[in-house]
Amino acid sequence: MKVTILDYGAGNVPSVERAFQRLGAESLRTDSAAAISQAAALLLPGVGHYSALVRALDEKQLRAPLIDAIHRGVPFLGICLGLQVLFKSSEEAGQLQGLNFLPGIVSALPSNVKLPHMGWNQLKRKCDSFLLSGIPDEVYFYFAHSFAAIEANGTAVATCSYGAEFAAVIEQRNICAVQFHPEKSGDAGARVLENFLRMAA
Amino acid sequence: MSLAHRIIPCLDTDGARVVKGVNFAGLRDAGDPVALAARYNAEGADELVVLDIAASRDRRPMFLETIRLVAAELAIPLTAGGGIRTLEDGRAVVRAGADKITVNTAAVERPQLISELSREFGAQAVVLAIDAKRCGDHWDVLVRGGRESASLDALEWARKGVSHGAGEILLTSVDRDGTQMGFDVSLTSAISLAVSVPVIASGGAKLPGHFAEIFKDGAADAALAASIFHDGIQSIRELKQFLSAQGIEVRLPC
Repeated sequence: MKVTILDYGAGNVPSVERAFQRLGAESLRTDSAAAISQAAALLLPGVGHYSALVRALDEKQLRAPLIDAIHRGVPFLGICLGLQVLFKSSEEAGQLQGLNFLPGIVSALPSNVKLPHMGWNQLKRKCDSFLLSGIPDEVYFYFAHSFAAIEANGTAVATCSYGAEFAAVIEQRNICAVQFHPEKSGDAGARVLENFLRMAA
Repeated sequence: MSLAHRIIPCLDTDGARVVKGVNFAGLRDAGDPVALAARYNAEGADELVVLDIAASRDRRPMFLETIRLVAAELAIPLTAGGGIRTLEDGRAVVRAGADKITVNTAAVERPQLISELSREFGAQAVVLAIDAKRCGDHWDVLVRGGRESASLDALEWARKGVSHGAGEILLTSVDRDGTQMGFDVSLTSAISLAVSVPVIASGGAKLPGHFAEIFKDGAADAALAASIFHDGIQSIRELKQFLSAQGIEVRLPC
């Protein structure tokens, strides 16, 4: 099973690659529409500003092949911004359109807590999750973000609370997404990536 | 359930080797950065910071190679800095595998550097390092490795840095650094309450109680130390168990 990693110029692609290497899994980083169309499994990493990701998808003409692949049922994992872009839009860049696979918009975390939400936090499980299978409930994951899917937290299989409750893990058919960084979350994060590989195989 | 307080070991390097010393002239070799990184990753460190304290142009390629080698060992976030003067310097350390960039002297000289890095990599990737020293009723910002006053009030500079797009502050108490007398609680709480971003306390740590104090009374979000971890005076695992027993939320290694 080879995972195709969308390398749109930002985001921490090398650490995602290294995380798969440690699992003995093959990965291919690409910004080519053709490679996305042929992918057996897709991963969209991302960290930083929402607009950087959306603009890069459009400038490199990756939006249509990515949407097609997800519609065809290709297993997809979005990380951080890769989760946020699945929604209709984000308050971080209100004029830009997301991929619109999930209803609702991404909004700013409330300002009564320190932002960015940076560091290790725990999850609240809402229902059975294959990405989290084999991982104890109390485990921490590494987050680094200021915007989150707060409105859509009801559709998540696990949420996290920081100022507000937001979607931390989403699993809908072939669409998987996590707000935290599994590639930076130690052994627990590696297990999440391993579970994705197993689901994709 | 809440955000864990972070324990962050720091590797001060001369480019390729970890060095330590109570003053700049007395540097001595403290180990291989790659071996230390692997050890801290396994011991339950929450992040790792690697600083190029020599920050000389001719050693920069060596430092970038160190970042690459260290990043390969880590399944936790990596912050790198020392001598970051331009957006291009920042790009080089991110490309080498750093998740966050620290800026210090160059940001004091040109605060737009913070905005440039923040626009390109996001605020979560830009750490403003402030070296602060008590000066009468306030704290003065020092630059050039603590050797020169910037004639800036540390609280005002922290607020300004955040408004320029810094997502975190790495706050070193020059008064406490190297003393092993404990973190500077009044400095850290003053800065932490003045800004809306997380603050990493640094300088003066030795005992587990110092860490408990800076989290409870200093309002620190994270605490950083170097030699006590390198020399094995304090194990990260035992430190976290101590803090947890004190009712302080930490991520306990499995």
